[in-house]
Amino acid sequence: MDAIIIQILNGVDKGAAYALIALGLTLVFGTLGIVNFAHGALFMLGAFCAVTFNKIMTLSVKIKDESVTLFDAYKEEPYLKIWFGETGEALIDYAVPLSILFAIPIMILVGYVMERGLIRHFYRRPHADQILVTFGLAIVLQELIKASFGANPIPQAAPAILAGSANVGSWIGLGDTLVYPWWRLIYLGFSGLIIFSVFAFLQFTTYGMVVRAGMRDRETVGLLGINIERRFTIVFALAAVVAGVAGVMYTPILPPDYHMGMDFLVLSFVVVVVGGMGSLGGAVAAGFLLGIVQSFASMNEVKQILPGVDQIIIYLVAVVILLTRPRGLMGRAGVMEE
Amino acid sequence: MENLVLHLDNIQKSFGGLRALADVNLHVEEGKTHAIIGPNGAGKSTLLNVCVGRLKPDSGRVTFDGQELTGKKPHEIAQIGVARVFQTPEIFQELSLIDNVMLPALSRRDGAFAFNPHLLLRSQSEIRDEAEHILGDVGLKEHLNQEAGSLSRGDKRRLELGMCLILHPRLLLLDEPTAGMARHDTNQTIALLQKIKERGMTKVIIEHDMHVVFSLADKVSVLARGKIIADGSPDEVREDPVVKEAYLGGAHE
Amino acid sequence: MKKIASKDSKLLLIFSGAVLLMPLWLAPFGAAYPDLLQKFAIYGIFAIGFNILFGLTGYLSFGHAAFLGVGSYAAVWSFKLFTMNVLPAVLFGVFFAGLLALAIGFVSLRRSGIYFSILTLAFAQMSYNLAYSVLTPITNGETGLQLTLNDPRWLDSLYKVAGEGLPSTELFGLKMSGYPGFYFCAIILIVCFFISLRIFRSPFGLMLRGVKSNQNRMNYTGLNTRPYMLSAFVISGMYAGLAGSLLAVTDPLAGAERMQWTASGEVVLMTILGGVGTLVGPMLGAGLIKYFENIFSSFNSNILHEIFSFLPDGIENVMVKVTGLFVGSGWHLTLGLLFMIVVIFLPGGIVEGAQKVKNLFVSNDQKGSAESSPEKQAVE
Repeated sequence: MDAIIIQILNGVDKGAAYALIALGLTLVFGTLGIVNFAHGALFMLGAFCAVTFNKIMTLSVKIKDESVTLFDAYKEEPYLKIWFGETGEALIDYAVPLSILFAIPIMILVGYVMERGLIRHFYRRPHADQILVTFGLAIVLQELIKASFGANPIPQAAPAILAGSANVGSWIGLGDTLVYPWWRLIYLGFSGLIIFSVFAFLQFTTYGMVVRAGMRDRETVGLLGINIERRFTIVFALAAVVAGVAGVMYTPILPPDYHMGMDFLVLSFVVVVVGGMGSLGGAVAAGFLLGIVQSFASMNEVKQILPGVDQIIIYLVAVVILLTRPRGLMGRAGVMEE
Repeated sequence: MENLVLHLDNIQKSFGGLRALADVNLHVEEGKTHAIIGPNGAGKSTLLNVCVGRLKPDSGRVTFDGQELTGKKPHEIAQIGVARVFQTPEIFQELSLIDNVMLPALSRRDGAFAFNPHLLLRSQSEIRDEAEHILGDVGLKEHLNQEAGSLSRGDKRRLELGMCLILHPRLLLLDEPTAGMARHDTNQTIALLQKIKERGMTKVIIEHDMHVVFSLADKVSVLARGKIIADGSPDEVREDPVVKEAYLGGAHE
Repeated sequence: MKKIASKDSKLLLIFSGAVLLMPLWLAPFGAAYPDLLQKFAIYGIFAIGFNILFGLTGYLSFGHAAFLGVGSYAAVWSFKLFTMNVLPAVLFGVFFAGLLALAIGFVSLRRSGIYFSILTLAFAQMSYNLAYSVLTPITNGETGLQLTLNDPRWLDSLYKVAGEGLPSTELFGLKMSGYPGFYFCAIILIVCFFISLRIFRSPFGLMLRGVKSNQNRMNYTGLNTRPYMLSAFVISGMYAGLAGSLLAVTDPLAGAERMQWTASGEVVLMTILGGVGTLVGPMLGAGLIKYFENIFSSFNSNILHEIFSFLPDGIENVMVKVTGLFVGSGWHLTLGLLFMIVVIFLPGGIVEGAQKVKNLFVSNDQKGSAESSPEKQAVE
């Protein structure tokens, strides 16, 4: 029982990460008609926003270590601590959640520049060209990050108060054996919040209505005299922000490195396609579905019966779904089947 | 006396709530040109789509020369000998005219897929000769190596007709072969269709232009709101008061 | 017709000459050493094969690396089990890659567009992941499959005594390292080019182009496109397997990283860079990318300091820093930029670019006839 609940939690957790990336990917595809292979790189950029922010927060100066009296010793002391004392320390402790505030404007800027500078010129080009140019961009971004931050993963700490594990078992009356890391629970809640906000934005604002209408029929919306191009920029920036903050929040779970974007991209694409290209609900559903399926496949009991199944299960599910439901779980007819 | 080859029996087709074909019965005589006319939205194109397997009828069946067409895939129907000219020309835009016409000829011969190195590597001259000949027939002989996408709309239609003719179809379906053409082009197309009329293939033609219909058709059926409301020779249909009332009155003046 | 045929033989002749004489004319570029030349030939085969699928049918496979990897594994196993002779190794590589392509193609070709791309990607990733995990007995996991001293090699052991150390790959006694290895690859490359040329010119090739241009019309002319597509997929998979086995011939080891999707991306880039759907484009693309990879990644900061030593110290350091981003381990950055530049500014690849330049020099009335002359067809 415990094991199953843990696996469900693991799966939902993983699924949340897939869903967040897939959400932006499919949003961009549905509205702009762009297949963006650089979307994983946006996730990675978000993660490195957290790294950068942490670096800024912990900018230090060498001062004399007073606790050592025998000889002159020096230690690094962050400016924040020197200036604000305990408040400063607390700020450093909360660097990861705080860096969301830092990441949002940066991701908006990145999204804006990308759409205006590159993506815009590819609306009318074949999908193969879009895939290739964004694939190139993804390589460039990842190499730039590698050049400036090095090739090794850079661990980021969650705030101390959230460092341990939650006693999930006792909440639901299953005893103390069932524990789960706090930060992963936070991530889960955070993902839910973001997914909910995106849906609410699209569902309940007039702005979102236009975007949804654009997903259905771009030309008509254009004919109504709505400046759809400007909205495209905003949609793209929104997708970048969603990917970016997902990356920020993921850093305590997975120390960011330069190729994390590519690793997630392939899976997210599978998620998007399984969900149905251009379907937001499909992306979220497929994200969670594949996450859960994968975490169950990696249980030891399963692996003993079907060795290696954990390695391929996601792709296997994707293949089966694509063959039985040609347009994915919730895709519309005629999308991308030229 | 009559030798009917194409039978459409009790064809029904709905899209959602819209009833495109209510209950269509149509029988086409071998070697004749049968025109289907009717106001916009009468279901004419749907009818052709049902014939070539692009759409599956909800009920009813289509047979050609004793062979069932309903439920067959487009390529199987084509192999039986049914070819179609579309309303918007379906051609190979990026390929040259000569390739455009050679391709159907190759499919005709190897459509069932005879995969041998011979086919893979064989030169294609006898088919090329035939293709050039057909292009001459449709009046496009001068630009063999031109890219098809650069043709005018009228020329594209003629090219598509050539692509169908090289299949040597026994039944040719034409969906508004002169729509959007200038008078001069229309007359040329009529002349071309009259010329191939002598070859004895059966033709079903959908057309708005009554001039075209009355120059070509042996028989005319009038389709309105998913039903055949009149049938007969062009003259009979022209005189039919129901048709006159419903459709012809304004158009033919 | 005859004109085209003679143009084709001329093209084949020029191609063969250029390939066989690479050790001579590439010498001034500093690329005339066997290891690199072998790579040119091998990746040329890979790209030419990929182009048969992507160039003719327009179906973008993101899983061709799987076939490359399988080709390598099969070849190394042939070295381990049977003989160090390269011919069976190559045959095994092609055969198993073809078998895998048949299976993957049969399933993937049920869908088109991006769904096809994702299906091929999914299959390639599955192969890659499996090669790293449960298939370790066959693939030797992360270490990669290598020759060992206690390999049976029973065909070889029948008629000769195992020598000291690891044996090297050979073709009836001719060692396949250095220039002999290159010429072996080069001759196979020329054969591959010839086959691709014939496919492009054949009715089969024309039909594939018809599928790319308008699959609908193809169906309405009575063609069942599926077997044609599958043949193209398998042929192109076999090319990849051949390339993979040649990689093992020139260096007898095989690793799973050859199957990773970035490797599939690389062959896409080669094809695009040279010119999709052109005959010589993929070869050009493969050569250029391997050349630049080799040149760029060999630079280090010492060499850069030497290059910029004529500049004042301050500027020299800045220049070294900036260019250092793009060379050495930063080669991938250059590759990514190249990718973008080509797609943005030169969608038709080098061949189309060259044609545009050529057209600039041809006067207007000649241009009209050049458009339709077999000359252009021969190059494309």
